[in-house]
Amino acid sequence: MTNNSVWPKEIYRVLKEARVSQASYVPDAGHAQLIELLHADPEIQTTVLTTEEEGIAIAAGAWLGGQRAVLLLQSSGVGNCVNMLSLISNCRFPLLMLVTMRGEWAEFNPWQVPMGSATQSALQLMGVTTIRVDTAEEVPEAVSAAVAMAFDADQAVSVVLSQRLIGRKQWEAR
Amino acid sequence: MTVADDLERLNRRDAVRELLRDRGDTLVVTGLGSSSYDVFAAGDHDNNMYLWGAMGGAAMVGLGLALAQPRRPVVVITGDGEQLMGLGGLATISVKKPGNLTLVVLDNGQYGETGGQKSHTALGVDLYRIAAATGFASAGELRTMTEIGSYRTELTKLTGGPRYVSVRVAAGNLPRALPARDGVFLKNRFRARLGFQVN
Repeated sequence: MTNNSVWPKEIYRVLKEARVSQASYVPDAGHAQLIELLHADPEIQTTVLTTEEEGIAIAAGAWLGGQRAVLLLQSSGVGNCVNMLSLISNCRFPLLMLVTMRGEWAEFNPWQVPMGSATQSALQLMGVTTIRVDTAEEVPEAVSAAVAMAFDADQAVSVVLSQRLIGRKQWEAR
Repeated sequence: MTVADDLERLNRRDAVRELLRDRGDTLVVTGLGSSSYDVFAAGDHDNNMYLWGAMGGAAMVGLGLALAQPRRPVVVITGDGEQLMGLGGLATISVKKPGNLTLVVLDNGQYGETGGQKSHTALGVDLYRIAAATGFASAGELRTMTEIGSYRTELTKLTGGPRYVSVRVAAGNLPRALPARDGVFLKNRFRARLGFQVN
């Protein structure tokens, strides 16, 4: 992960074009650059969460009030969302999730692996469409496709950003 | 915490009816179980969003709504058990400081839907103190109908929030008053009243 990857800027651009005006997140290194871009934008309400399921309910409330929301989370946070996704399913709320993966490509921490391995299946079990992205070139189109499905077709959609795309986590003592 | 007899606790239907009297253009979100029944019994409204599940999520739905609709007062009415499942959300609300959001917790100290098992609020936990500690602009407890009547004007304010208030209500299940359960209907009705078209 570098601080100047292009793809986070591309995601930000697509979200702006889609008139997304609320963004909530539990911080993840893979989303750090996008979080900074969102915070710097006075037209976007950013909300830091204590657990990811809060962001599911916030997205529902935002839509009730006429706004589009996005939820940024790491793969481990998907497990925290499972029951709250029934709110989305029952009411057919639009939902846009951007999930950064851990527990796969070059993972050093075994504790990330069980949830990382189950992330896409867990989303699908709860009715969330998953669009997986492995290369930077695919990112803008994938997010744009997810935006259309979420806000035009009232679907729950996640873009799963692979750990290979994000890059190896630098974890050794500095 | 002062231990009060059940006799001193309020009837939840009366309490909610009094809170929502003259609600004006207030938007209301309810937590699953009795809170949804209480709000429905006080009078159905297009701008009531009744949750029948999503335990722990009512206050967060209220937060997203309050941020999206800063010119409308937003009131979340839920129970102690529902809010206990979303304690972290109190911190999330506090850091966003939505001036137009009020969180009302109907506190009967038990899980009424599942057989009346004691909740943490009957075992020494004061939710309003937790709300105060996270940084709610105001946090307190209402014990009488007179206090509820005085508090009512707070609910329609667009600034000065987030407000938290516990209402000490009696335990025991009242006859059920059941609002619609269809989430898509409730969502579309709510949005239509605000002028948003159905996709």
